[in-house]
Amino acid sequence: MTRKITHASLYVKDQNEALRFYTEKLGFEVRADITNGDFRWLTVSSKDQPDFEVVLLPLRASDWSLSQDDVEVLTRLLEAGKLGGPVMRTDDIHKAYEEWKEKGVEFLSPPTDQPWGVDAVFKDNSGNIYSLQQRKK
Amino acid sequence: MNHERLHIARTFIDHHYDMPLTLEHISREAGFSPYHFIRLFRLAYKRTPHQYLIHQRIEKAKELLRASDLSVQEICYTVGFESLGSFSTLFHRVVGLSPSSYRKWSPKQPPPPQYIPLCYRIKRGLD
Repeated sequence: MTRKITHASLYVKDQNEALRFYTEKLGFEVRADITNGDFRWLTVSSKDQPDFEVVLLPLRASDWSLSQDDVEVLTRLLEAGKLGGPVMRTDDIHKAYEEWKEKGVEFLSPPTDQPWGVDAVFKDNSGNIYSLQQRKK
Repeated sequence: MNHERLHIARTFIDHHYDMPLTLEHISREAGFSPYHFIRLFRLAYKRTPHQYLIHQRIEKAKELLRASDLSVQEICYTVGFESLGSFSTLFHRVVGLSPSSYRKWSPKQPPPPQYIPLCYRIKRGLD
């Protein structure tokens, strides 16, 4: 028996802009992209981890999902960096930092030594905050 | 009764999206006058027949960009667009990436499962 997480969702302000960020800046791949009614199921994943998909969930009011109030609250939390965030691991944090910074990814903290290795912090173009780690060998 | 005829019209678009369809053509298939047809179709499916047609073409184009070796130009004509320029502009506006960029960032193999997980379908009242 296996039990794996295959998808985790992130709220994004605009799916098209998020798709551009995750592909052109981070180098992620489009994994699923289907539209049903006005809902677009859009997922991306790192090339190194095709079986873990990040669902880019639109932060938008609709009859079935979020109310306008929900959207306002979530947008405020997202912009304040209060919604938690994913952690990514790399085997070369300095290279990743230089590459992504060059492409315009906003870093809140450059690679910084930590007891467990080196850690940097960046955010996506919706405001989701990521930790980028390189563990000690 | 209207519901059935609208469904016929939608299915007609699904099967003939690659043809140069006109509103008159589609509404005639379903036995409506064009004006009445647009109104009812929009009420039922939240978009006009033209928007639905464009949506089907773009979805098909995404599929071909992922799975086929056809050129962007060939895909443009295969899904029913007549001008590469307007196809590319529209594709970029709807999808967020240009057709060639979308192909670049979509893995070729294996084809991704195209389904929406149940919890998202329930939450959004999807079919």
